[in-house]
Amino acid sequence: MNALAARRRHPAAIAVLIMLALILTGAVYAAVAPRPAEAATVSADQVAQGKQLFVANCATCHGLNAEGRSAGAGNLAGPALAGVGSAAVDFQMGTGRMPLAGPGVQAPQKARQFSQSDIDAIGAYIDSLAPGPTVPNAEMVDPTKGDPTLGGEIFRVNCAMCHNFAGAGGALTRGKYAPSLFSTSPTHIYEAMETGPESMPVFNNQNITPEQKRDVIAYLKAIQDAPSPGGQRLGSLGPVSEGMFAWIFGLGILVAAAVWLGKKSA
Amino acid sequence: MNEQDQPSTEVDVVVPGGGLDRFPNPGLPAHQPRLADLSEAGGRRAERQVAALFAVSILGTLVFLVAYFAVPMDATFYLPGVGETYGSHVLLGVGLALALLGIGLGAVHWAKTLMPDTEVVEERHPMRSSDADREDAVRTFLDGGPASQITRRPLIKYTLGGAMGLFSLPLLVQVVGSLGPNPQRSLYMTYWNGGPSDPGDHPTFKPLRLVRDPENTPIKATDVTIGSVFHVLPEGLLDMKDNVLEEKAKAAVILVRMDPSVIKSQKEKDWGYEGIVAYSEICTHVGCPVGLYEHTTHHLLCPCHQSTFDMTDDCKVVFGPAGRPLPQLKITVDDQGYLVSAQPFTEPVGPAFWGMEK
Repeated sequence: MNALAARRRHPAAIAVLIMLALILTGAVYAAVAPRPAEAATVSADQVAQGKQLFVANCATCHGLNAEGRSAGAGNLAGPALAGVGSAAVDFQMGTGRMPLAGPGVQAPQKARQFSQSDIDAIGAYIDSLAPGPTVPNAEMVDPTKGDPTLGGEIFRVNCAMCHNFAGAGGALTRGKYAPSLFSTSPTHIYEAMETGPESMPVFNNQNITPEQKRDVIAYLKAIQDAPSPGGQRLGSLGPVSEGMFAWIFGLGILVAAAVWLGKKSA
Repeated sequence: MNEQDQPSTEVDVVVPGGGLDRFPNPGLPAHQPRLADLSEAGGRRAERQVAALFAVSILGTLVFLVAYFAVPMDATFYLPGVGETYGSHVLLGVGLALALLGIGLGAVHWAKTLMPDTEVVEERHPMRSSDADREDAVRTFLDGGPASQITRRPLIKYTLGGAMGLFSLPLLVQVVGSLGPNPQRSLYMTYWNGGPSDPGDHPTFKPLRLVRDPENTPIKATDVTIGSVFHVLPEGLLDMKDNVLEEKAKAAVILVRMDPSVIKSQKEKDWGYEGIVAYSEICTHVGCPVGLYEHTTHHLLCPCHQSTFDMTDDCKVVFGPAGRPLPQLKITVDDQGYLVSAQPFTEPVGPAFWGMEK
């Protein structure tokens, strides 16, 4: 300490001090500065890699620059993707809906075709075209932080008409359908609300705030995990499947019993 | 047994009516002895089977009792085909089912294998009573009047008649009373007219903010991005103490924003605000909430009977049983940028009714 004190009048001391102060300021700023969650993980390399993957796998329908392409009069091969955000990419590719298996009214869910890092790269490329919703971080979709009661109320007003009161899904017009939410991951639920994939409308953050989205996720998680006290749920479809079960099996057993009772024993 | 009920043994019997009996009456099938009747071993086997069924019942009851006291109510386990479920529920149900089924099946099996199986033909007797019985009945009835003294005590006769006649009134009043009064204006009015609408009320219109259901927060026009859908109620409705559901059932509105260029109807554009349009969410068929909005086709689907409305064209019916388009709510923004109603619905919402103006 004495050696340091002795050199405090050294001509370089002021320069060293300023240097240290600058580094400290920079470090503190970097630690506390507000920044988007994704910004830190996006590099130019990732964007370039994403573009490469995009051109190889997606451009057939979505165009070489993600500008969208039409397939003849009025038919869209694939929509323009500027501004859809990495959340849409993560949802569509993460649930296996994209790349599309074949033309049809709706992209079915299937096994994921790309690794998560490839999906993130394509997401980074789409984000670089125009700003859009980004992938939520783990805290935003943590079901343990949400309120399932409030989430249930929001779900029943905004989601249950298509996805069924228990999230079992349901039919829409002309072969389209709202998928079941029994096995959808919290991140994909969040992204679907934020981006409105396919027929689903958008539930932006002004309509359902991020906290309320987390409440909805908590509700869905709660009903996914809830044991089934009444036994087999029969698809959670309500009176349709329950009535069918009662008519076929309940009545069937009664008819069989009546036949057995009335039959001669020899 | 009458003559015609006797099994016939002849071919080509002429039956009353002139036709031919095409085949001989085969009569009753021969009695088949049972295994238990034929051998003692068969009887012992049946005995064991019945005893086994009763034993199943005993076991089921024991399972029920043990489950009732020993298995905690909230203990769950994985049941194949069902999933995670409560052990107590399953064991109580299975125990009770085995207990009852064991008794029932055992008793029936016992009756069918060991109890007497003599076949008896039960003869059909004529329905008509004997003439003596019929005369007796008529005499008893005719004697009833004088015997009960109703004929010579008119006070009882008239008060009984009055009591029974008057008693028809409560039954009639319920039916006639429920035919009125007419709902009057309440079918034409919703909360958007300026407040709760009982029959006969005439609330004065005031612009009401559109609020989110269930959050009860007002909506800024800038909150509604293209492709968004909001489920909307008038401000104040959710603050009511009574009749919230009745008012909600008429006032629920679905709010979406579309690119104004896809809207085909000029009236729809004029009644909306920069592509934001609000329509009654109550189906004009039987009043289900029409909430299934497909933002790619702008179709609004009713989950009950698949009525489909085209949101780009005044919500006209494009499919299904609904008879008329969904009524549009004219909206605008107030000076703070919140969406407000500009006028109440101009036609009744929900299902059509007798006397509704076209």
